[in-house]
Order: sequence, then structure tokens, then C-alpha cells
Amino acid sequence: MSSTKEISIGDIAARSSELSDDLPGEKMMINMGPSHPATHGVLRLKLELEGDIVTKCDPVIGYLHRGDEKIAENMTYNQFVPYTDRLDYLAPLANNVAYAIAVEKLANLKVPPRCEAIRVICCELARISSHLLGLGVYGMDTGAWTIFMYTFTEREKLYSLFEELTGARFTTSYTRIGGVARDIPEGWLGRVETFCEEVIRTIDEVDKLLTRNKIFLDRTKDIAPVSKELAIAYAFTGANLRASGVAADLRKDAPYSGYENYDFDIPVGTVGDCYDRYLVRMEELRQSIRIVKQAIAKMPDGPWYAEEAKKVFLPPKAGVLTKMEELIQNFMLVTEGPQMPAGEVYFEAENPKGALGFFIHSKGGGVPYRFHIRGGSFISMGILPKIVPGHYMTDVTAILGSLDFVMGECDR
Amino acid sequence: MPDSELQTSLLAKFPYLTPRPGSVDHAAVNVPPSDLVAFTKSLRDELKFDMLTDMTACDWDKDSPRFTAIYHFYNTSTHQYLRVACTAPDDENPEVPSLVSLHPSANWFEREAYDMFGIKFSGHPDLRRILMWDDYKWHPLRKEFPLAGHEVELPAVDVFEGSRTKIEPAPMAGGPFVATPGKTMHDAEPRGKDQSWSETNSKPANK
Repeated sequence: MSSTKEISIGDIAARSSELSDDLPGEKMMINMGPSHPATHGVLRLKLELEGDIVTKCDPVIGYLHRGDEKIAENMTYNQFVPYTDRLDYLAPLANNVAYAIAVEKLANLKVPPRCEAIRVICCELARISSHLLGLGVYGMDTGAWTIFMYTFTEREKLYSLFEELTGARFTTSYTRIGGVARDIPEGWLGRVETFCEEVIRTIDEVDKLLTRNKIFLDRTKDIAPVSKELAIAYAFTGANLRASGVAADLRKDAPYSGYENYDFDIPVGTVGDCYDRYLVRMEELRQSIRIVKQAIAKMPDGPWYAEEAKKVFLPPKAGVLTKMEELIQNFMLVTEGPQMPAGEVYFEAENPKGALGFFIHSKGGGVPYRFHIRGGSFISMGILPKIVPGHYMTDVTAILGSLDFVMGECDR
Repeated sequence: MPDSELQTSLLAKFPYLTPRPGSVDHAAVNVPPSDLVAFTKSLRDELKFDMLTDMTACDWDKDSPRFTAIYHFYNTSTHQYLRVACTAPDDENPEVPSLVSLHPSANWFEREAYDMFGIKFSGHPDLRRILMWDDYKWHPLRKEFPLAGHEVELPAVDVFEGSRTKIEPAPMAGGPFVATPGKTMHDAEPRGKDQSWSETNSKPANK
């Protein structure tokens, strides 16, 4: 063992090879992250390298842990809606919808068809936005920088549409328990349709740039294949599971929000490598556009919140200011929260990053007793120690990009 | 509407199960810790509940037994969910058998439950904290853990030694948290949960 201990703080690579005897000179410890552009947030990977090949990978998470579950257990059901935006912050609308449906299941509320259709459009637009970003940064991770510019242009248009609908570009908080915050603005559906026409052209262009690109193929094909069995054992969901060849989609298997009324296909991969995960996301974009178009074509009329949700839904402001009953209703909802029955509910929605699940144990009253969030990203990352070893250091970015996770949902 | 058909057939097949009341959606059963692994194995191999899609725990605060691990299994062919609850008998050192050998996804779930509740999973290959850092002393999702958090030294030891920076409890006054039952109005208000900023306890000066 060497006697000099002159090492700089944070230089783990130097420290571990200096200090431990069982690590011969060839093995090296590398800290990737927590602030590394390819880790898509604040993920830290402790990598052990032998030459250029990773022999061990230990993800360190929790840098974005905000205690969302603890917070949820200390506030009313209505108050938690904005916190759901911050889970998978690349698809806040889909999180809003998943949360609202979970609580509606507990409260046994049925929302009207117009609300369901609006929610479907929201979910699918969120999926398009999330996949556009996912593909853009995936391209960037594998050396195709142009893709990012293309997809971000489209995402920008989408965010303007979100702003028009919800009042916010990023943290939408659009759904309410038993409905949505407001009806769709006039002419909005037409603009969404125009967007669908435009985005399909960009997707075609990205397709031409990437799908048969020699460099991209070399970087992604046969990298980190996940077999069907492994994907199920590690509880993969969403596009990652489908890329491994399992035709599982909660929108088909356990339809919610009226997904059974739409016609769409589930893309399925064959070997589950990074390239398959890319292909599945590409096709999902097209399928999402298909769903949005159908939803626009048969958008029903009627209210956008459940009429019987009086005990949950804040009454309209005009009524609160002029009518006694509404005023009391508003006061009770704000101070004590919506009164929920006691019970346990678990609901998973097919979100862009995998299934987003909410488990609620209610003892009655306006505050959940136990509130648990199943983040799809948290689970997709549990497989990293299994699939990363054996690959080159440069493949790590491709693997991370292909799993398409977001740390907000992982750390909660 | 709970899936009562599945629940009834499970209860008939496995005598050690008891029905779990209160489920509004899926079939739900309680299983004693001694039978958890065997039950999960038959679930996976015979009944094709092949995915452990979610796992968490619950702290019943003053009630005894205090800790329950709650599993959600998913059948990828029939698309059914099943909730399985396993209560740890000991309140002081709660311990539940680990399912990592059957479902690799349980690895991170159990680490999270250990981190947040302090439940030990016997047989887990690598039971250490996952969201909080390794030297953290508390289990934040236990009911007695204050919402504002505890004062604690910065986990980066080198930074702490240089600057003595501490992580302080979050201010609660004016926060979004709701009134909960309490003896007096002051106890019941959100700031009743406050650890550092209130009329009686002023905000510590920045060191």
C-alpha cells in the first residue's frame, strides 16, 4: 500500500485506487453525476471500470427527494394536484390525470364523457411532449445533436398549446378531482389538429435522420438487451416493457378515462435493446397522434366536471360570491378538504415513462392517511446494476437515454 | 368494486390468508410473514401474478402491530391486480421476509421501505438506504417524524467540516398544510407542526 495520501477532495477515482488493496491498477472507480448532462437530472452512477468496460454499476439516487409522500399525507386531496406536476415534470398533464383518477376511484366518482375525452387529449399530448424530449436527448446522448433541435421546436409549439389550455407551460395542474379546471378554449382543438399535422412531418424527418443512421445503429443496436422475463421480473412498464416484446399497455389492458373507445395499436419490440426502445417510442408518437385526432373528431358536448362531485369539486366562483350554499361548500372544501370514504385504492396509469401508480389508504376525511407514489422511472432504474456491466463506458449514456427516466419521478 | 372472485378463490386455496377489508378496487389479502415467501412463489409460478409492480409500507402510528408491508402484484396475462399485506409482528424491530429472490424488482422497493420506515427485510442482499443518505438517523415516513424535518449536519462531510452548514427544519407558517385535530387552535394549525419558526421558537440565525 502506498504511503502518500495527497489526494484532492472528491477525486474518488484517485482515492479508491490509492487506498484499497483489492483494486489492482487496471480497475478504476468513476463517478458519473450527479451533475452530468447525460444523466438527465441528478442521478449519480458509481461505475467500476476495467479499461473501457464497466464491471460494476451502482446508481445513487435521492438527490431530488422532496418527500412528496410525506407532504401528501399532510394536505388535502385537492391541494396535492400541483405536486403531481413535479413528479414526471416532462409530462405533468398525464400525472394530473393519473392522480385525479386514483382519487376518483376512492371517492367512487364518475366523470362525464367530455371530461374523459379532454383528459385523453391531455395524456396523449403529454406523451408526445415527453417522447419528443426523450428522443431529442437520446439523440444527443448518442451523438446526433440535430434531433434535439428538431424535436424541441415541436415541443415548444406543444407548450404554447398547454399554456392556452391550462394557463401554464410547464406546471399545468389542470385536472381537478371529479373533472378538469376549465373547459377547452375556443378554437383550441383546431390548433391541436394543426399541430398534429406539423409534428408528424418532424417525426418523419427524425425517422429519416436516425432510424437507419449507421452511427446511431452502431451505438444502440444490441446494447443492453432486456429479455421478456427480465423486464417482467424487474417490473418494467410502459415503452420499456413493450420494447422487450411484451404487448402490455394499461390503456388497452385496464382502460381508464374511456381509452377503450379509441382505436390504436401497441408497438412491440423484439429483443429489447436500446434500438428497440427507440423504435417503440417513435411508433408511440404516431399512435398518440392517432388517438388525439380521434378524440378531437368525437369530442362530446356537456359539462367538464362531474355534477355529483359537489362534495369534492370547488363550486364556481360566481356562485360562491352570490349564494350561501356555495359559499359554505367552498369554505368547507378549502379548510377541511373533500371528505373521502375510508378504504384502500391502487391505480396505475400508462404514463410516458411507464406506469405511474398511486396507492392511497384513507381513514376518511380530507387528508390521506398513507399516500404512496409508484414512479415508473424509479423502477426502470433498478435494472441498471444488472444491464450496464459488460458494456463500454460510452454505452452508458445510450442505455440511460434509452430507458427514458426522469429524476423527479424517481426520487419523489 | 373489489375483485371478489379472485379473493374468494385465494382464501379457499391458501388457509393462512385472511381477507383484507377496505379495498375499493382490487382483491386484497393479509398474509402472515412466515408464509409470505411461499405464498408469493405460488402466486408467481401457479397463478401467474408474475410482476411485483409496487411495494410500500404503512405505519399505523400508535396501533400495534405497527408496520405493514403492502405489495401489489400484477398478472400480465389476465391484467388483474392483487394487494397483499404482510404485517410485521414486532413494533420495535419490524422485520418481514424479503422477496428479492423471487422478484428482483423488490430490491429497490424494499430498500425504499427500509429507508422510509425502518422495516428490515430478512434475506435482502443489499439492504441500505436509497433516497436518504447512508448516515441519516431517522425514517421519514414514520408518523412521528415531523413534517418539517430534523436539523442535521450536511451529508457532505468535507463541506460540513469547513462551513458547519446544517440542514434546518423547513418553515411551516404560511405553508399549504392543513389543520389537523389538536387540543387547541394553535396545535391544530399548520404552524403547530412547525419545528423552528413560530411565536415561541424563533428562526435560528444563519450560522
